[in-house]
Amino acid sequence: MSKPSLLQLKDVHTFYDNIHALKGISLSVPQGAIVCLIGANGAGKSTTLMTIFGVQPCRKGKIVFDGHPIHELPPERVAARGVSQSPEGRQVFPRMSVFENLEMGAFLRKDKEGIQNDLDWVFSLFPVLKDRIGQIGGTLSGGEQQMLAIGRALMARPKLLLLDEPSLGLAPKLVEKIFETIIEINRNSATTIFLVEQNAQMALSISSLGFVMETGRIVISDKASALLENKQVKKAYLGE
Amino acid sequence: MDQSAFILQQIVNAIFLGSIYALIALGYTMVYGIIELINFAHGELFTAGAFIGVIVLTGLQSFGFVESHFVISMIIVFGLAMAYVAVLGVAVEHVAYKPLRDSSRLAALLSALGMSIFLSNGMMLSQGVSDRAYPPVFGVQGIDIGGAIITNGQIFIVLLAIAMMIALQLFVHRTRLGKAMRATAQNRTMARMLGIDIDQTIRITFMIGPALGAAAGVMVGLHYGAVRFDMGFIFMIKAFAAAILGGIGSIPGAMIGGLTIGAIEVFWAAFLPSAWKDVTTFTVLILVLYFKPSGLLGESESEVRV
Repeated sequence: MSKPSLLQLKDVHTFYDNIHALKGISLSVPQGAIVCLIGANGAGKSTTLMTIFGVQPCRKGKIVFDGHPIHELPPERVAARGVSQSPEGRQVFPRMSVFENLEMGAFLRKDKEGIQNDLDWVFSLFPVLKDRIGQIGGTLSGGEQQMLAIGRALMARPKLLLLDEPSLGLAPKLVEKIFETIIEINRNSATTIFLVEQNAQMALSISSLGFVMETGRIVISDKASALLENKQVKKAYLGE
Repeated sequence: MDQSAFILQQIVNAIFLGSIYALIALGYTMVYGIIELINFAHGELFTAGAFIGVIVLTGLQSFGFVESHFVISMIIVFGLAMAYVAVLGVAVEHVAYKPLRDSSRLAALLSALGMSIFLSNGMMLSQGVSDRAYPPVFGVQGIDIGGAIITNGQIFIVLLAIAMMIALQLFVHRTRLGKAMRATAQNRTMARMLGIDIDQTIRITFMIGPALGAAAGVMVGLHYGAVRFDMGFIFMIKAFAAAILGGIGSIPGAMIGGLTIGAIEVFWAAFLPSAWKDVTTFTVLILVLYFKPSGLLGESESEVRV
Protein backbone atom coordinates (compact mmCIF):
# COMPACT_ATOMS: atom_id res chain seq x y z
CA MET A 1 0.00 0.00 0.00
CA SER A 2 2.72 2.44 0.90
CA LYS A 3 4.01 4.60 -1.90
CA PRO A 4 7.62 5.76 -1.59
CA SER A 5 7.79 8.88 0.54
CA LEU A 6 8.94 12.13 -1.00
CA LEU A 7 9.50 13.84 2.32
CA GLN A 8 10.44 12.34 5.64
CA LEU A 9 11.00 14.01 8.99
CA LYS A 10 12.71 11.95 11.68
CA ASP A 11 12.71 13.22 15.24
CA VAL A 12 13.03 16.88 14.22
CA HIS A 13 13.67 19.44 16.96
CA THR A 14 13.49 23.20 16.44
CA PHE A 15 14.13 26.01 18.90
CA TYR A 16 13.35 29.70 18.93
CA ASP A 17 16.13 30.89 21.19
CA ASN A 18 15.36 28.78 24.25
CA ILE A 19 11.81 27.88 23.37
CA HIS A 20 11.54 24.28 22.30
CA ALA A 21 9.07 24.69 19.42
CA LEU A 22 9.26 21.28 17.74
CA LYS A 23 9.84 18.44 20.15
CA GLY A 24 10.72 15.54 17.93
CA ILE A 25 8.49 15.55 14.86
CA SER A 26 8.41 12.44 12.71
CA LEU A 27 6.23 12.18 9.67
CA SER A 28 6.33 11.09 6.09
CA VAL A 29 4.64 12.45 2.99
CA PRO A 30 4.08 9.92 0.18
CA GLN A 31 4.91 10.85 -3.39
CA GLY A 32 1.96 12.38 -5.22
CA ALA A 33 -0.31 12.62 -2.20
CA ILE A 34 -2.10 15.45 -0.43
CA VAL A 35 -1.20 15.30 3.24
CA CYS A 36 -2.37 17.67 5.93
CA LEU A 37 -1.10 18.80 9.26
CA ILE A 38 -3.80 20.10 11.56
CA GLY A 39 -3.74 21.54 15.03
CA ALA A 40 -4.50 24.58 17.12
CA ASN A 41 -2.84 27.95 16.83
CA GLY A 42 0.71 27.84 18.17
CA ALA A 43 1.00 24.05 17.96
CA GLY A 44 4.02 24.43 15.68
CA LYS A 45 2.50 23.82 12.25
CA SER A 46 4.11 26.79 10.52
CA THR A 47 7.35 26.11 12.35
CA THR A 48 7.30 22.63 10.84
CA LEU A 49 7.07 24.09 7.33
CA MET A 50 9.77 26.67 8.04
CA THR A 51 12.03 23.96 9.43
CA ILE A 52 11.54 21.82 6.33
CA PHE A 53 12.52 24.85 4.26
CA GLY A 54 15.62 25.58 6.31
CA VAL A 55 14.38 28.99 7.44
CA GLN A 56 14.34 27.74 11.01
CA PRO A 57 17.38 25.59 11.74
CA CYS A 58 16.69 21.96 12.57
CA ARG A 59 18.68 21.55 15.79
CA LYS A 60 18.33 17.79 15.99
CA GLY A 61 16.92 15.07 13.76
CA LYS A 62 16.78 14.46 10.02
CA ILE A 63 14.79 15.73 7.09
CA VAL A 64 15.02 13.68 3.91
CA PHE A 65 13.59 14.98 0.65
CA ASP A 66 13.61 12.98 -2.56
CA GLY A 67 16.22 10.64 -1.13
CA HIS A 68 18.61 13.36 0.08
CA PRO A 69 19.06 14.92 3.52
CA ILE A 70 18.07 18.61 3.43
CA HIS A 71 18.09 19.58 7.09
CA GLU A 72 21.40 21.40 6.81
CA LEU A 73 20.57 23.31 3.63
CA PRO A 74 19.70 27.03 3.53
CA PRO A 75 16.28 27.95 2.06
CA GLU A 76 17.63 28.82 -1.39
CA ARG A 77 19.14 25.34 -1.72
CA VAL A 78 15.97 23.67 -0.50
CA ALA A 79 14.10 25.62 -3.18
CA ALA A 80 16.59 24.38 -5.78
CA ARG A 81 15.75 20.78 -4.79
CA GLY A 82 12.14 21.31 -5.83
CA VAL A 83 10.27 22.55 -2.78
CA SER A 84 8.14 25.67 -2.82
CA GLN A 85 5.88 27.28 -0.31
CA SER A 86 2.90 29.55 -0.01
CA PRO A 87 3.82 30.70 3.48
CA GLU A 88 1.98 31.99 6.49
CA GLY A 89 0.93 35.59 5.91
CA ARG A 90 1.24 35.06 2.11
CA GLN A 91 4.45 37.11 1.90
CA VAL A 92 3.60 38.64 -1.45
CA PHE A 93 6.23 41.14 -2.60
CA PRO A 94 4.32 44.35 -1.83
CA ARG A 95 6.00 46.63 -4.37
CA MET A 96 6.12 44.22 -7.27
CA SER A 97 3.32 43.66 -9.74
CA VAL A 98 1.29 40.46 -9.86
CA PHE A 99 3.25 39.50 -12.95
CA GLU A 100 6.61 40.15 -11.29
CA ASN A 101 5.57 38.19 -8.21
CA LEU A 102 4.72 35.22 -10.41
CA GLU A 103 7.93 35.70 -12.35
CA MET A 104 9.93 35.54 -9.10
CA GLY A 105 8.29 32.20 -8.41
CA ALA A 106 10.06 30.84 -11.48
CA PHE A 107 13.37 32.44 -10.46
CA LEU A 108 15.38 29.22 -10.68
CA ARG A 109 13.89 28.04 -13.95
CA LYS A 110 15.39 28.54 -17.38
CA ASP A 111 12.78 26.80 -19.57
CA LYS A 112 11.01 29.79 -21.08
CA GLU A 113 8.31 27.74 -22.74
CA GLY A 114 7.54 25.80 -19.58
CA ILE A 115 7.35 29.02 -17.59
CA GLN A 116 4.89 30.48 -20.09
CA ASN A 117 2.76 27.33 -19.94
CA ASP A 118 2.70 27.42 -16.16
CA LEU A 119 1.83 31.10 -16.22
CA ASP A 120 -1.15 30.31 -18.44
CA TRP A 121 -2.05 27.47 -16.11
CA VAL A 122 -1.91 29.71 -13.02
CA PHE A 123 -4.11 32.26 -14.81
CA SER A 124 -6.60 29.52 -15.64
CA LEU A 125 -6.67 28.43 -11.99
CA PHE A 126 -6.99 32.02 -10.74
CA PRO A 127 -8.43 34.20 -13.53
CA VAL A 128 -8.53 37.20 -11.20
CA LEU A 129 -4.72 37.28 -11.24
CA LYS A 130 -4.78 37.79 -14.98
CA ASP A 131 -7.16 40.72 -14.57
CA ARG A 132 -4.78 42.25 -12.04
CA ILE A 133 -1.55 41.39 -13.83
CA GLY A 134 -0.09 44.88 -13.56
CA GLN A 135 -1.36 45.69 -10.09
CA ILE A 136 1.11 46.04 -7.22
CA GLY A 137 1.07 43.09 -4.80
CA GLY A 138 0.58 45.20 -1.69
CA THR A 139 -2.69 46.63 -2.99
CA LEU A 140 -4.42 43.28 -3.59
CA SER A 141 -7.17 42.01 -1.29
CA GLY A 142 -6.37 39.21 1.15
CA GLY A 143 -7.96 36.59 -1.06
CA GLU A 144 -6.13 37.81 -4.14
CA GLN A 145 -2.85 37.78 -2.23
CA GLN A 146 -3.55 34.21 -1.20
CA MET A 147 -4.08 33.19 -4.81
CA LEU A 148 -0.96 35.08 -5.83
CA ALA A 149 1.10 33.33 -3.15
CA ILE A 150 -0.14 29.92 -4.30
CA GLY A 151 0.35 30.87 -7.94
CA ARG A 152 3.88 32.05 -7.23
CA ALA A 153 4.65 28.78 -5.47
CA LEU A 154 3.32 26.87 -8.49
CA MET A 155 5.51 28.83 -10.88
CA ALA A 156 8.50 27.00 -9.44
CA ARG A 157 6.94 23.77 -10.74
CA PRO A 158 7.78 22.12 -7.42
CA LYS A 159 7.95 18.46 -6.60
CA LEU A 160 6.59 19.34 -3.19
CA LEU A 161 4.24 22.22 -2.53
CA LEU A 162 3.92 23.47 1.05
CA LEU A 163 0.73 25.40 1.76
CA ASP A 164 0.39 27.26 5.04
CA GLU A 165 -3.25 28.01 5.93
CA PRO A 166 -4.47 28.74 2.41
CA SER A 167 -7.99 29.30 3.81
CA LEU A 168 -7.06 31.81 6.50
CA GLY A 169 -9.16 34.94 6.45
CA LEU A 170 -11.04 34.05 3.29
CA ALA A 171 -14.78 34.13 2.66
CA PRO A 172 -16.35 30.63 2.82
CA LYS A 173 -17.05 30.57 -0.91
CA LEU A 174 -13.45 31.38 -1.67
CA VAL A 175 -12.25 28.74 0.78
CA GLU A 176 -14.13 26.11 -1.18
CA LYS A 177 -12.66 27.39 -4.41
CA ILE A 178 -9.13 27.29 -3.00
CA PHE A 179 -9.55 23.69 -1.85
CA GLU A 180 -10.96 22.68 -5.21
CA THR A 181 -7.94 24.29 -6.80
CA ILE A 182 -5.60 22.39 -4.49
CA ILE A 183 -7.13 19.11 -5.66
CA GLU A 184 -6.81 20.27 -9.26
CA ILE A 185 -3.14 21.16 -8.77
CA ASN A 186 -2.46 17.76 -7.27
CA ARG A 187 -4.25 15.91 -10.08
CA ASN A 188 -3.04 17.92 -13.05
CA SER A 189 0.62 18.26 -12.20
CA ALA A 190 1.15 15.28 -9.90
CA THR A 191 2.53 17.72 -7.36
CA THR A 192 2.81 16.38 -3.84
CA ILE A 193 1.08 18.74 -1.43
CA PHE A 194 1.75 19.18 2.26
CA LEU A 195 -0.99 21.30 3.71
CA VAL A 196 -1.12 23.04 7.08
CA GLU A 197 -4.61 24.05 8.17
CA GLN A 198 -6.79 25.12 11.04
CA ASN A 199 -9.82 24.35 8.93
CA ALA A 200 -9.50 20.64 9.76
CA GLN A 201 -12.75 19.57 8.14
CA MET A 202 -11.79 20.93 4.72
CA ALA A 203 -8.18 19.86 4.96
CA LEU A 204 -8.96 16.27 5.94
CA SER A 205 -11.65 15.96 3.29
CA ILE A 206 -9.15 16.50 0.47
CA SER A 207 -6.16 14.69 2.03
CA SER A 208 -5.20 11.05 2.06
CA LEU A 209 -3.17 11.26 5.26
CA GLY A 210 -3.41 13.56 8.23
CA PHE A 211 -1.25 14.45 11.19
CA VAL A 212 -2.54 16.13 14.31
CA MET A 213 -0.17 18.40 16.14
CA GLU A 214 -0.26 19.66 19.73
CA THR A 215 2.37 21.85 21.40
CA GLY A 216 5.28 20.81 19.25
CA ARG A 217 4.45 17.13 18.91
CA ILE A 218 2.55 14.93 16.48
CA VAL A 219 -0.12 13.29 18.63
CA ILE A 220 -2.10 11.38 16.02
CA SER A 221 -1.26 10.25 12.54
CA ASP A 222 -3.69 8.29 10.43
CA LYS A 223 -5.55 8.14 7.17
CA ALA A 224 -7.53 11.33 6.69
CA SER A 225 -10.78 9.41 6.39
CA ALA A 226 -10.09 7.73 9.74
CA LEU A 227 -9.25 11.04 11.37
CA LEU A 228 -12.58 12.46 10.25
CA GLU A 229 -14.20 9.69 12.30
CA ASN A 230 -11.78 9.89 15.22
CA LYS A 231 -13.60 10.90 18.43
CA GLN A 232 -10.71 12.92 19.80
CA VAL A 233 -10.23 14.79 16.52
CA LYS A 234 -13.95 15.37 16.16
CA LYS A 235 -14.14 16.86 19.61
CA ALA A 236 -11.07 19.05 19.41
CA TYR A 237 -10.91 20.15 15.77
CA LEU A 238 -14.15 19.44 13.98
CA GLY A 239 -16.38 21.17 16.49
CA GLU A 240 -18.63 18.18 17.11
CA MET B 1 23.09 89.02 -17.11
CA ASP B 2 19.40 89.68 -16.66
CA GLN B 3 17.14 88.12 -14.08
CA SER B 4 15.75 85.30 -16.24
CA ALA B 5 19.20 84.26 -17.35
CA PHE B 6 20.30 84.28 -13.74
CA ILE B 7 17.44 82.01 -12.74
CA LEU B 8 18.11 79.72 -15.67
CA GLN B 9 21.71 79.54 -14.55
CA GLN B 10 20.60 78.54 -11.08
CA ILE B 11 18.32 75.84 -12.46
CA VAL B 12 21.24 74.40 -14.38
CA ASN B 13 23.42 74.52 -11.28
CA ALA B 14 20.67 72.89 -9.22
CA ILE B 15 20.25 70.02 -11.66
CA PHE B 16 24.00 69.59 -11.76
CA LEU B 17 24.51 69.47 -8.00
CA GLY B 18 21.29 67.52 -7.49
CA SER B 19 22.36 64.79 -9.93
CA ILE B 20 25.58 64.33 -8.02
CA TYR B 21 23.76 64.12 -4.68
CA ALA B 22 21.31 61.71 -6.27
CA LEU B 23 24.06 59.38 -7.48
CA ILE B 24 25.58 59.27 -3.98
CA ALA B 25 22.19 58.94 -2.31
CA LEU B 26 21.44 55.87 -4.46
CA GLY B 27 24.27 54.04 -2.74
CA TYR B 28 22.79 54.70 0.69
CA THR B 29 19.30 53.83 -0.28
CA MET B 30 20.15 50.61 -2.14
CA VAL B 31 22.24 49.27 0.72
CA TYR B 32 19.61 50.28 3.26
CA GLY B 33 16.92 48.68 1.15
CA ILE B 34 18.72 45.35 1.17
CA ILE B 35 20.26 45.07 4.64
CA GLU B 36 18.74 47.98 6.59
CA LEU B 37 22.13 49.44 7.33
CA ILE B 38 23.37 52.97 6.81
CA ASN B 39 26.69 52.43 5.10
CA PHE B 40 28.68 55.20 6.77
CA ALA B 41 31.70 54.25 4.71
CA HIS B 42 29.88 55.34 1.55
CA GLY B 43 31.30 58.88 1.70
CA GLU B 44 34.80 57.43 1.76
CA LEU B 45 34.03 55.13 -1.15
CA PHE B 46 32.93 58.23 -3.06
CA THR B 47 36.23 59.93 -2.19
CA ALA B 48 38.19 56.84 -3.19
CA GLY B 49 36.50 57.05 -6.59
CA ALA B 50 37.57 60.68 -6.91
CA PHE B 51 41.17 59.70 -6.12
CA ILE B 52 41.27 56.85 -8.61
CA GLY B 53 39.84 59.30 -11.13
CA VAL B 54 42.55 61.89 -10.55
CA ILE B 55 45.31 59.27 -10.65
CA VAL B 56 44.10 57.73 -13.90
CA LEU B 57 43.29 61.06 -15.52
CA THR B 58 46.67 62.55 -14.63
CA GLY B 59 48.35 59.44 -16.03
CA LEU B 60 46.41 59.61 -19.27
CA GLN B 61 47.05 63.31 -19.64
CA SER B 62 50.78 62.97 -19.11
CA PHE B 63 51.10 61.49 -22.59
CA GLY B 64 48.43 63.62 -24.20
CA PHE B 65 45.83 60.85 -24.54
CA VAL B 66 42.98 62.94 -23.11
CA GLU B 67 43.27 65.56 -25.85
CA SER B 68 43.44 63.04 -28.65
CA HIS B 69 40.85 60.54 -27.38
CA PHE B 70 38.50 62.36 -25.03
CA VAL B 71 35.62 59.88 -24.98
CA ILE B 72 37.85 56.85 -24.54
CA SER B 73 39.72 58.66 -21.77
CA MET B 74 36.49 59.36 -19.91
CA ILE B 75 35.38 55.75 -20.29
CA ILE B 76 38.73 54.63 -18.86
CA VAL B 77 38.66 57.15 -15.99
CA PHE B 78 35.07 56.45 -14.96
CA GLY B 79 35.39 52.74 -15.67
CA LEU B 80 38.49 52.25 -13.53
CA ALA B 81 37.22 54.42 -10.69
CA MET B 82 33.89 52.60 -10.63
CA ALA B 83 35.45 49.15 -10.94
CA TYR B 84 37.98 49.81 -8.19
CA VAL B 85 35.38 51.15 -5.80
CA ALA B 86 32.97 48.33 -6.65
CA VAL B 87 35.63 45.88 -5.51
CA LEU B 88 36.32 48.02 -2.46
CA GLY B 89 32.60 48.10 -1.67
CA VAL B 90 32.35 44.31 -1.79
CA ALA B 91 35.45 44.06 0.40
CA VAL B 92 33.97 46.47 2.95
CA GLU B 93 30.78 44.42 3.05
CA HIS B 94 32.70 41.20 3.45
CA VAL B 95 34.99 42.44 6.19
CA ALA B 96 32.83 44.85 8.16
CA TYR B 97 29.16 43.94 7.62
CA LYS B 98 28.78 40.30 6.66
CA PRO B 99 30.13 38.90 9.95
CA LEU B 100 27.63 41.10 11.80
CA ARG B 101 24.60 40.33 9.67
CA ASP B 102 22.83 38.47 12.45
CA SER B 103 23.98 40.77 15.27
CA SER B 104 22.27 43.87 16.55
CA ARG B 105 21.89 46.80 14.22
CA LEU B 106 23.99 48.93 16.52
CA ALA B 107 26.96 46.60 16.09
CA ALA B 108 26.77 46.87 12.31
CA LEU B 109 26.37 50.62 12.53
CA LEU B 110 29.47 50.94 14.67
CA SER B 111 31.33 48.72 12.28
CA ALA B 112 30.26 51.03 9.46
CA LEU B 113 31.55 54.06 11.35
CA GLY B 114 34.81 52.25 12.02
CA MET B 115 35.14 51.38 8.34
CA SER B 116 34.55 55.02 7.46
CA ILE B 117 37.35 56.17 9.78
CA PHE B 118 39.64 53.40 8.55
CA LEU B 119 39.16 54.29 4.87
CA SER B 120 39.42 58.01 5.53
CA ASN B 121 42.72 57.58 7.38
CA GLY B 122 43.95 55.18 4.73
CA MET B 123 43.39 57.81 2.07
CA MET B 124 44.99 60.49 4.22
CA LEU B 125 48.11 58.37 4.63
CA SER B 126 48.35 57.28 1.02
CA GLN B 127 47.20 60.49 -0.72
CA GLY B 128 48.26 63.18 1.72
CA VAL B 129 46.29 65.81 3.57
CA SER B 130 46.30 68.58 1.00
CA ASP B 131 44.14 69.17 -2.04
CA ARG B 132 45.01 67.20 -5.10
CA ALA B 133 44.33 69.03 -8.37
CA TYR B 134 42.25 67.45 -11.11
CA PRO B 135 43.63 68.19 -14.57
CA PRO B 136 41.19 70.63 -16.22
CA VAL B 137 39.73 68.80 -19.19
CA PHE B 138 36.63 70.80 -20.01
CA GLY B 139 37.80 74.40 -19.99
CA VAL B 140 35.25 77.17 -19.71
CA GLN B 141 33.51 76.85 -23.07
CA GLY B 142 29.86 76.13 -23.04
CA ILE B 143 26.50 76.97 -24.43
CA ASP B 144 25.17 80.48 -23.89
CA ILE B 145 21.41 80.55 -23.46
CA GLY B 146 20.27 84.12 -23.01
CA GLY B 147 23.23 84.93 -20.85
CA ALA B 148 23.20 81.73 -18.81
CA ILE B 149 26.32 79.66 -19.41
CA ILE B 150 26.08 75.93 -19.31
CA THR B 151 29.61 74.60 -19.54
CA ASN B 152 30.50 71.54 -21.58
CA GLY B 153 31.62 69.93 -18.34
CA GLN B 154 28.23 70.46 -16.74
CA ILE B 155 26.40 69.08 -19.76
CA PHE B 156 28.66 66.06 -19.87
CA ILE B 157 28.30 65.34 -16.16
CA VAL B 158 24.53 65.80 -16.00
CA LEU B 159 23.97 63.63 -19.06
CA LEU B 160 26.23 60.94 -17.66
CA ALA B 161 24.51 61.04 -14.27
CA ILE B 162 21.08 60.77 -15.90
CA ALA B 163 22.26 57.91 -18.11
CA MET B 164 23.53 56.06 -15.06
CA MET B 165 20.24 56.53 -13.22
CA ILE B 166 18.26 55.31 -16.22
CA ALA B 167 20.59 52.32 -16.50
CA LEU B 168 20.03 51.55 -12.83
CA GLN B 169 16.25 51.75 -13.20
CA LEU B 170 16.41 49.41 -16.19
CA PHE B 171 18.64 47.05 -14.24
CA VAL B 172 16.38 46.75 -11.21
CA HIS B 173 13.17 46.51 -13.22
CA ARG B 174 14.16 44.51 -16.27
CA THR B 175 16.90 42.08 -15.33
CA ARG B 176 16.71 38.87 -13.35
CA LEU B 177 19.35 40.03 -10.87
CA GLY B 178 17.77 43.44 -10.49
CA LYS B 179 14.42 41.88 -9.72
CA ALA B 180 16.10 39.55 -7.25
CA MET B 181 17.50 42.65 -5.56
CA ARG B 182 14.08 44.25 -5.26
CA ALA B 183 12.54 41.02 -4.01
CA THR B 184 15.27 40.69 -1.39
CA ALA B 185 14.70 44.26 -0.25
CA GLN B 186 10.96 43.68 0.05
CA ASN B 187 11.00 40.31 1.80
CA ARG B 188 14.28 38.60 2.42
CA THR B 189 12.99 35.27 3.76
CA MET B 190 10.53 34.89 0.92
CA ALA B 191 13.22 35.75 -1.60
CA ARG B 192 15.39 32.97 -0.19
CA MET B 193 12.52 30.50 -0.38
CA LEU B 194 12.26 31.25 -4.09
CA GLY B 195 15.89 30.30 -4.56
CA ILE B 196 17.48 33.76 -4.54
CA ASP B 197 21.05 33.72 -3.26
CA ILE B 198 21.04 36.54 -0.72
CA ASP B 199 24.83 36.72 -0.42
CA GLN B 200 25.13 37.28 -4.13
CA THR B 201 22.36 39.88 -4.11
CA ILE B 202 24.04 41.79 -1.28
CA ARG B 203 27.39 41.64 -3.06
CA ILE B 204 25.88 43.09 -6.21
CA THR B 205 24.27 45.87 -4.19
CA PHE B 206 27.65 46.65 -2.68
CA MET B 207 29.12 46.83 -6.16
CA ILE B 208 26.52 49.03 -7.81
CA GLY B 209 25.94 51.52 -4.96
CA PRO B 210 29.63 52.30 -4.39
CA ALA B 211 30.33 52.34 -8.15
CA LEU B 212 27.71 55.06 -8.59
CA GLY B 213 29.25 56.91 -5.64
CA ALA B 214 32.67 56.63 -7.30
CA ALA B 215 31.27 58.08 -10.51
CA ALA B 216 29.92 61.00 -8.49
CA GLY B 217 33.38 61.41 -6.93
CA VAL B 218 35.00 61.70 -10.35
CA MET B 219 32.31 64.18 -11.41
CA VAL B 220 32.95 66.33 -8.36
CA GLY B 221 36.68 66.21 -9.04
CA LEU B 222 36.22 67.13 -12.69
CA HIS B 223 33.93 70.02 -11.86
CA TYR B 224 35.51 71.52 -8.76
CA GLY B 225 39.05 70.74 -9.87
CA ALA B 226 40.33 69.22 -6.64
CA VAL B 227 39.94 66.26 -4.33
CA ARG B 228 40.90 65.76 -0.72
CA PHE B 229 40.76 62.78 1.64
CA ASP B 230 37.99 64.31 3.75
CA MET B 231 35.82 65.67 0.93
CA GLY B 232 33.44 62.75 1.33
CA PHE B 233 32.03 64.01 4.59
CA ILE B 234 30.00 66.98 3.43
CA PHE B 235 28.75 65.14 0.33
CA MET B 236 27.89 62.19 2.50
CA ILE B 237 25.78 64.34 4.82
CA LYS B 238 23.93 65.95 1.93
CA ALA B 239 23.39 62.73 0.04
CA PHE B 240 22.28 60.99 3.20
CA ALA B 241 19.77 63.78 3.74
CA ALA B 242 18.66 63.31 0.12
CA ALA B 243 18.14 59.58 0.65
CA ILE B 244 16.12 60.18 3.82
CA LEU B 245 14.14 63.01 2.23
CA GLY B 246 13.19 60.84 -0.74
CA GLY B 247 12.40 57.87 1.49
CA ILE B 248 15.27 55.61 2.42
CA GLY B 249 15.12 52.36 0.49
CA SER B 250 13.40 53.93 -2.51
CA ILE B 251 15.49 54.30 -5.67
CA PRO B 252 13.31 56.95 -7.34
CA GLY B 253 13.14 58.60 -3.91
CA ALA B 254 16.92 58.98 -3.81
CA MET B 255 16.88 60.64 -7.23
CA ILE B 256 14.11 63.06 -6.28
CA GLY B 257 15.68 63.69 -2.88
CA GLY B 258 19.05 64.48 -4.49
CA LEU B 259 17.53 66.95 -6.93
CA THR B 260 15.48 68.56 -4.15
CA ILE B 261 18.47 69.04 -1.86
CA GLY B 262 20.53 70.36 -4.77
CA ALA B 263 17.80 72.84 -5.71
CA ILE B 264 17.31 74.10 -2.15
CA GLU B 265 21.01 74.63 -1.71
CA VAL B 266 21.59 76.39 -5.02
CA PHE B 267 18.54 78.66 -4.87
CA TRP B 268 19.09 79.61 -1.26
CA ALA B 269 22.69 80.52 -1.97
CA ALA B 270 21.61 82.49 -5.05
CA PHE B 271 19.13 84.78 -3.33
CA LEU B 272 19.75 84.60 0.40
CA PRO B 273 22.74 84.54 2.71
CA SER B 274 24.69 81.55 1.49
CA ALA B 275 26.15 80.81 4.91
CA TRP B 276 22.66 79.61 5.83
CA LYS B 277 22.20 77.24 2.91
CA ASP B 278 23.03 74.08 4.86
CA VAL B 279 20.80 75.15 7.73
CA THR B 280 17.97 75.54 5.26
CA THR B 281 18.62 72.17 3.66
CA PHE B 282 18.35 70.40 6.96
CA THR B 283 15.38 72.48 8.08
CA VAL B 284 13.51 71.32 5.00
CA LEU B 285 14.55 67.76 5.76
CA ILE B 286 13.21 68.04 9.30
CA LEU B 287 9.95 69.58 8.10
CA VAL B 288 9.38 66.85 5.52
CA LEU B 289 10.07 64.16 8.09
CA TYR B 290 7.76 65.87 10.56
CA PHE B 291 4.83 65.64 8.16
CA LYS B 292 5.82 62.45 6.36
CA PRO B 293 8.23 60.41 8.49
CA SER B 294 8.82 57.85 5.75
CA GLY B 295 10.12 60.50 3.34
CA LEU B 296 8.63 61.67 0.05
CA LEU B 297 8.42 58.28 -1.67
CA GLY B 298 9.09 55.95 1.25
CA GLU B 299 6.62 53.35 2.39
CA SER B 300 5.41 53.64 5.93
CA GLU B 301 6.24 50.78 8.29
CA SER B 302 2.75 49.32 8.17
CA GLU B 303 2.74 49.16 4.38
CA VAL B 304 6.11 47.50 4.31
CA ARG B 305 4.94 44.78 6.64
CA VAL B 306 1.84 43.86 4.65
